[in-house]
Amino acid sequence: MAFDLETAATPEGLRRVAIDPVSRVEGHGKVTILLDEANRVQQVRLHIVEFRGFEKFIEGRPYWEVPVMVQRLCGICPVSHHLAASKAMDRVLGAHPVTPSAEKIRRLMHYGQILQSHALHFFHLSSPDLLFGFDSEVQQRNIVGVIEKHPDIAKKGVMLRKFGQEVIRVTAGKRVHGTGSVPGGMNKHVSREDRDVLQRDIGQTIAWAQDAVAIARQLHESNAGLYDGFGSFRSNMLSLVRADGAMDLYDGVLRARDTAGQIVLDGASDQRYFELIEEEVRPWTYMKFPHLKSLGRELGWYRVGPLARVQNCDFIPTPRAEAQRQVFVAHGQGAPVHATLAYHWARMIEALHAAEVIEQLLADPDILSGDLMSTGQRVGEGVGIIEAPRGTLIHHYRVGDDDLVTMCNLIVSTTHNNQAMNEAVRSVAREYLDGQELTEGLLNRIEVAIRAYDPCLSCATHALGQMPLDVSLLDADGSVLDHVLKSHDGSLRRDLAAPVGLPA
Amino acid sequence: MTAPLLVFGWGNASRGDDALGPLFIERLRARLAPGELARIDFLDDYQLQVEHALDLVGRERVLFVDASLNCAAPFETTPVQAQRDRTFTTHAMSPAALLQVYVELQASAPPPCTLLAIRGERFELGEPPGAAALRNLDAALDWAQRWLR
Repeated sequence: MAFDLETAATPEGLRRVAIDPVSRVEGHGKVTILLDEANRVQQVRLHIVEFRGFEKFIEGRPYWEVPVMVQRLCGICPVSHHLAASKAMDRVLGAHPVTPSAEKIRRLMHYGQILQSHALHFFHLSSPDLLFGFDSEVQQRNIVGVIEKHPDIAKKGVMLRKFGQEVIRVTAGKRVHGTGSVPGGMNKHVSREDRDVLQRDIGQTIAWAQDAVAIARQLHESNAGLYDGFGSFRSNMLSLVRADGAMDLYDGVLRARDTAGQIVLDGASDQRYFELIEEEVRPWTYMKFPHLKSLGRELGWYRVGPLARVQNCDFIPTPRAEAQRQVFVAHGQGAPVHATLAYHWARMIEALHAAEVIEQLLADPDILSGDLMSTGQRVGEGVGIIEAPRGTLIHHYRVGDDDLVTMCNLIVSTTHNNQAMNEAVRSVAREYLDGQELTEGLLNRIEVAIRAYDPCLSCATHALGQMPLDVSLLDADGSVLDHVLKSHDGSLRRDLAAPVGLPA
Repeated sequence: MTAPLLVFGWGNASRGDDALGPLFIERLRARLAPGELARIDFLDDYQLQVEHALDLVGRERVLFVDASLNCAAPFETTPVQAQRDRTFTTHAMSPAALLQVYVELQASAPPPCTLLAIRGERFELGEPPGAAALRNLDAALDWAQRWLR
């Protein structure tokens, strides 16, 4: 059985619309929509158009190189790969748990990454959607009010991002290509001087993060009909949580809730993820479709990331973010919040939590001194799972006696969300495209739905670079009715003779 | 203390010729005398991002360095003007968009910035830079040493 609108019953008689690429996400994404002669939507797919193996890049390398090399898989969330690989190699070496100092410095690095990534997404990548992207007059008036109330929104975004980058620098050694985390622990403490500089700015950072939550909440409450309904669908949700049910983005056990919010998986060891999660390959895309084995492919797919994490946990262990989580949960009126645009609100609650955790860790003397390395009995295999900014990130390695990696399996956040992003696009297509002509505003809504997940398609598929926008219309016979190419500078060119790209 | 000159190269060292930006930084450092190094801050990253606008503050001149598939070999140089283009809200901004962020944050004109685009051919993960790209890099380094004087 196929998913609704994934595969048309008779695709050969349909008209094709392709949107290529999805801008403001990392990597290549392409959406194809098949319309029948009455312009009704019959098939919608988010394609990934390029793939080369991450795993082959890693296999054959010495295990100690891996936490550094994996940062080169993706320029967007290198710290998440750095730490997930380190956690997996801790297990390979039997050096688990790492020392308190090592874990706290790693946590500091990770929450710095969460803060800077979330700030970039909300203030710069998504703000055009949230502040200007919808074309109703009422909505635009509301947005004008938000801007007038927060005139320095762009500057706050940059400063939050900068602070997060500084946290990464003082823990990883450099802003990029950090080497701080190693198999078995860390190779340096935080210096007292660096700690003092960060402590000087953390109060302002928390205040800005609180403002960001207020903006996200205000956007939802000012137009609840749109924000709750846009691209909405029901799904399971998966994330790590701390053993006591608290939000924990660095380490924990796996928990999943069903579409009604009931727990269907809890307390599962990250080391056994492969007994719980299965990845399905479908012939029309390079990105796999993970699902919970216990529920099967049709019922077992799930969402990861801020929306899942804020609702999967029982509480957030920092006071300001917990207060905001309670407001968020109350918005659902006893049911889970499934709205695609609620990702933004949840993301800012997490940014606030990250700032609060950073404040706590900066006050902890263990980051300044104490043992940094653990040792143990080598076991040759290990899994490292971390809640990256975009969601659950899994690294799994086997290492031979010669210290070389013999097996590598990565499941990145965007892959977990593959089915969900397809569902979001289908939801938007059902509501806004069925029976209508294609317009720029309608195309933008599809991109808005995808961007809410903050996908890193480069990371999920190892695509590289940028492509021009490519929109093609084909009639029932496959003849090109129209073909528009949009260049990087925004100029449009019509070329009916140019190739129209992938098959639907 | 902020040095008057900033040389900023970007790219991924493990993606073939995309390594030209970070390699440029590494090799330029090795070529310069201590007295010259004191006047220059070096920066490398995967790609341009909004916070890099703050790295431009207080500079007299800035040199951006990137690998390019589109420029003529061995390299091209162009002055950069602030402009809000389509990369403004992406994970990989253009130098012009970065300068626009600077203008909006600082409410002033950015320092004079030059983009040095070095011709590359292949950008595959796990590949080293190609021989032609490395020859282009050497030519670009020769030019940069004159630019810095």
